[in-house]
Amino acid sequence: MFVQETIEEVALADRPERKKKLGVLFWICVVWLAINLIAAIFANFLPVENPLIQNYNAINSSPSWHHLFGTDDLGRDIFARVVYGSRVSIEAGLGAMVIGFGLGAPLGMLAAYRRGKFDSILTMFMYIFLAFPAIIATIAILSFWTPRSLLKIIVVIGVASIPLVYRVIRTATLNVATKDYVIAAKVQGATDRRIMIKELLPNVAPIGVSFLLIGIATVVVLEGSLAFLGLSVNPPTPSWGNMINEARTILQVNPWLAIFPSLAMCLFLLCLNFIGDRLRSHFDVSESKL
Amino acid sequence: MLIGIVFVITVGAFYLIHLLPGDPAVVILGTGDSPANKAKLYAQLGLNKPIYQQYFVWINNIIHGRLGNSFISGDSVWNTIKGAIPIDLEMMVISQILAFATAIPLAMRSAKKPDGLLDRILSAGSFTLLSIPSFIAIVLLVLFVAIDLGVPHTGVSSYVSLGTDWIGNLESLSLPSIVLAVGSFVVYYRILRSDLIATLQEEYITMARSKGISQRRIMWRHALRPSSVALLGTAGVNIGGLLAGGFIVQFLLDIPGLGYLLISSIGLSDYLVVQAIVLVVAVGVILINFFFDFLINIVDPRISRE
Repeated sequence: MFVQETIEEVALADRPERKKKLGVLFWICVVWLAINLIAAIFANFLPVENPLIQNYNAINSSPSWHHLFGTDDLGRDIFARVVYGSRVSIEAGLGAMVIGFGLGAPLGMLAAYRRGKFDSILTMFMYIFLAFPAIIATIAILSFWTPRSLLKIIVVIGVASIPLVYRVIRTATLNVATKDYVIAAKVQGATDRRIMIKELLPNVAPIGVSFLLIGIATVVVLEGSLAFLGLSVNPPTPSWGNMINEARTILQVNPWLAIFPSLAMCLFLLCLNFIGDRLRSHFDVSESKL
Repeated sequence: MLIGIVFVITVGAFYLIHLLPGDPAVVILGTGDSPANKAKLYAQLGLNKPIYQQYFVWINNIIHGRLGNSFISGDSVWNTIKGAIPIDLEMMVISQILAFATAIPLAMRSAKKPDGLLDRILSAGSFTLLSIPSFIAIVLLVLFVAIDLGVPHTGVSSYVSLGTDWIGNLESLSLPSIVLAVGSFVVYYRILRSDLIATLQEEYITMARSKGISQRRIMWRHALRPSSVALLGTAGVNIGGLLAGGFIVQFLLDIPGLGYLLISSIGLSDYLVVQAIVLVVAVGVILINFFFDFLINIVDPRISRE
C-alpha cells in the first residue's frame, strides 16, 4: 500500500503541472508593469509632450512620427495622454488597495487567529457590508461628493473593498492557523505577535499578493466605468477611462483615440491578472496535486 | 436570514441616499425658491420626519404593495420600473444561455487534454477576454462590428420592446447580451475546466473508461455533474453581479433597464425610485442565489445532508 502510494507520488511529480514554473510570460508581464509604473512616475522627465496642450493645427490626426498615437479632437497628443493617464489608474488601484489591505488584512488575520467573540462580531459586520451592493453605493456617493478628486474616488473604493479583503485574508489565515507548526510555536511559548508575523504572515502573504493584484485590476476597471458616468477625475486631466469615454462620440472620425487607451488598459489588466493567477497557482497546494 | 439581508440592504440604501447632499426640493423647485415653500414641500413629501420614521412609513407601504409616486415626475414608481425589469431579465437570460452553451462544451474539450493545443489556445483566449472590461468591449464592438453590420448600438430610440417587434428587440439587445455573455463565459469556462480536470483524475472515471464507455458519455454523464457544484455557486454570484453591474452596459447603449434608471434617478435625488430599484435588485439577487443553491442540491444531494 505504502509503496503504491509512493510510486503514485513519484509519478505525479513527473507531471508537468506539478512543476508550476512561473514562465517567460510571467516575467514579460512583470517587466511591462514595471515600464508602466516607471513611465507614470517619471512622465514629467520623459520626452513626452504636455498632455494638456491643444494644437489646433493637428486635430484628430492619425499616428505619425510626430504623434506616435495620433492626436485627439483638441489636437492633444494621445501618446502623452495615455502615459499621463496611467497615473490615474495606477494611483487609484494602489491607493484603494492600500486602504483595503491596510484595514482589511490585519483585521482578517487577527479575527482568524483570535476567533471567539471578536471574530464573530467583526465577521457578521463585514458580511452585512458585503451584502450591500457596493457599486450602487459607490456611484451614489461619488455623484454627490463634489468637487470630484482622485483622492475621494480612492477613499470610496478603498473603503468598499475592506470587507472583501477581510474575507479573503480571514479565510486564508483560518487555513493556516490550525496547522501543527502554529500550535508548535504556541506550545513553545511564542507571543501572539511573533506567531502572527513569523508563522501566519509568510503563509498568508502569497494569497494576499495575488488577491492584491487582481484587486488593483478590479479598481482600474471600476475607475474606467466611473469615467463613463462622468464620475472619475475631472477633465482635462487624462485618464484611460476618460479618454475612451471622450472617444465614444467621435468613434468614426478618430478611432485611434479609443484604440490606444483601450489597448493600454487591457494590457495593464492582462498583466495584473496573469501575474495574480500564476502566483496563485504557484503557491496553491491543492492544484499541484493534479 | 434572507429577510434580514433585505432589511439591512434597504435600510442601508435608505440612509445612504438621505445622507447624501442631493435634495429633491432643489430638483423640483429650483435653487432660488423660498425656505417656506421648501418646508411646505418637505412636509408634503413626508421628508420632514426623522429618517427612521420615513423608513417605517416606506417599508409599511411596501408590505402593503404600494411603492408610491416619484417625487420628481409624479408618476407611480411601479409604472416607472415596470418597463425596466423585463429588459434586465431578458438580457440576463440571453447572456447566460450563450455563456453556458459555449463554456460547457469548450471546458470539456479543454479538460480532455489539459495543456494540449486547444486547451492552451482556449485558456489564453479566455485570459485575454478576462482582461477586457465591458465598456472597452462595447466601444470596440461598436467600432469594428456594429457600425459595419448596422446593428443598433446607440440612442434610446434604437431600443425596441419585446411586445412591438421581437426580432427588432433581439437585435437591439444583441450587443449588450453578447458583452455580458463573454464576461460570464470566461468565468464559467475557467472554473468548469479546472474542476473537470480534477474530476477526470478520479478512480470512477478510470473505471468507466476501462468498461469501455465512450469519452462523450463519460464527460456528460459521469464527469459533468460532480464538477458543476463550484460552477453553479459562481453562476449565482455572477448573475447577481450582472444585475447590479450591468448598469454600465445599459448606460453606454442607452438601454432603459434598471441600471440605467438607477443612475438617472440617483442624479435626480429621486429617492423612491432609487429605493424601489435597490429593493428589486436585492430581492432578485437573493432569489437567484436561492435558485442556484437549489440546483446545487439537486446536482450534489450530499451538500444538503451535511
